[in-house]
Amino acid sequence: MGEAEQDRIETQEYLVNMGPQHPSTHGVLRLLLKLEGEIVHHVDPHIGYIHSGIEKMCESLTYPQIPYLTDRMDYLSAHMNEEAVCLCIENALGVEVPDRVKYIRTIFSELQRLASHQLWWCVMGMDLGALTTFFYGLRDREKILDIFEETCGARLTLHYSIPGGLMFDIHPNFRNRVHEFLNYFREKLPEYDQLLTGNVIFQERTRGIGIFPREAVINYGVTGPSGRASGFSCDVRKHHPYSAYPFVSFQEALDDRCDTLARYKVRIREMWESMSIIEQLIDNIPEGDYQVKLKGVVKLPEGEYFQRVESARGDFGVFIISDGKKSPYRLKFRSPGFSNLSALHAMSKGWKIADLVAIMSSLDLVIPDIDR
Amino acid sequence: MRAIWKYLSDVLKGIWTLIQGMRVTGHYFFRPWLIVTQQYPENRRKLVMFERFRGEVTMPHNENNEHKCTGCGICEISCPNGSIEIITATVLLPDGKKKRIIDKHIYHLGMCSLCNLCVKNCPSDAIVMAQTFEHAVWDRTQLTKVLNRPGSKIMEGIKE
Ligand code: SF4
Ligand code: SF4
Repeated sequence: MGEAEQDRIETQEYLVNMGPQHPSTHGVLRLLLKLEGEIVHHVDPHIGYIHSGIEKMCESLTYPQIPYLTDRMDYLSAHMNEEAVCLCIENALGVEVPDRVKYIRTIFSELQRLASHQLWWCVMGMDLGALTTFFYGLRDREKILDIFEETCGARLTLHYSIPGGLMFDIHPNFRNRVHEFLNYFREKLPEYDQLLTGNVIFQERTRGIGIFPREAVINYGVTGPSGRASGFSCDVRKHHPYSAYPFVSFQEALDDRCDTLARYKVRIREMWESMSIIEQLIDNIPEGDYQVKLKGVVKLPEGEYFQRVESARGDFGVFIISDGKKSPYRLKFRSPGFSNLSALHAMSKGWKIADLVAIMSSLDLVIPDIDR
Repeated sequence: MRAIWKYLSDVLKGIWTLIQGMRVTGHYFFRPWLIVTQQYPENRRKLVMFERFRGEVTMPHNENNEHKCTGCGICEISCPNGSIEIITATVLLPDGKKKRIIDKHIYHLGMCSLCNLCVKNCPSDAIVMAQTFEHAVWDRTQLTKVLNRPGSKIMEGIKE
């Protein structure tokens, strides 16, 4: 090509749709990208493709019926969502649940966090072109789902926490199974590092990519592992302990490198922490009732109630306005995925499309959580 | 010289990390018994679900075709999806009193989210979760079931 000819080629920004059925958007998320060549200039997330109106539906359900619906928002942290709603209702009623319930809820939350991070790890590898990780992660996740299935009869939409306690007592086999799993997974987690973390291609594609400083994280309200990877100490378990978290000691996984690799490493460290939390609790589950009997018709006193928990993706909040009837006047969920997605534009501006996939993967988005 | 040396060491380091990963996959490649794969549906007969597995709502009957349902309708109220319809009938007892009994306990499996609230709230433990999991049918009307069997009646001694 001659020089004169080269001058005649004009570059221009163009718009490309990524999604709603793109494999790396993990669900029905549509990103409108403004590109120049391969450089991303603008990301415009279009959400609402699987909006299911859960908040509105809650207004016509009674309080005991609400937790089962929250399973269907962020299905990978189903138990944490239920727990948030149950804690909120219990606080409003002034009910104190037995310690046994608190311990079991916390163990379940941590198992759920492990399962969620395992799936995230599978998918992160897959997005970056390593299909192998998918099978290794799912192999280990299966063990946790079996634990869930044995105790509460479901694998994904658990519906195990109910206002006032738990649906069932733990299965007699529960302790053994959890111990078995911990021993098993402690051997398998280093495999994750060997397979993916150390891999040169993976490192090249994540190190220094999508740097998002601490101020920006706070401004955008990014929470959870994605926020902690930028040095923002935002762990609800540490700062506003609930259930059995006051009884355990654990480290908040923090990192100040702010890039995609940091977000990856924080999650891997959280898996180790989750295992240590479970280990501290599993042998000390106190005896007692697994639920307190509430009245047949649960009515919250008039007022506003808020409860937050740390879900696998960040700070999950439930806000209930009650007018004293048997269903809420208004119910609002603060879902971590929504705020994390809002930062995607700022995070991926100026990077290549391939980096956008890595950055999005490191945010660990679950679309029903965003659309709800 | 420096640059070449760095380039070479980067290449070697890269290859080394790849070998690390392949050590893991190779480990399993030569130990196929460590790999867990279920041959479904070939293993259907041996596949047993956990006893608490929530497959569908059923109403157990004893050998005399008797169940425990009083027709109180609590399961209907507690269901968030409206998957249960209770149709009651009134019978005249020999002593002249009127009594409400269950006529049809209609259950829409297609609308059920298997949340277990109905089973938990039933005061007489008349319904339980079954461990079935293959629910595909040719026509969705087949998903609507009447749980109390024809001609069945309530067990002795169950009080409302
Ligand atoms: S199944 Fe139980 S809750 Fe439902 S009508 Fe019968 S007795 Fe009442
Ligand atoms: S399991 Fe839940 S959704 Fe299904 S019939 Fe019972 S209450 Fe309704």
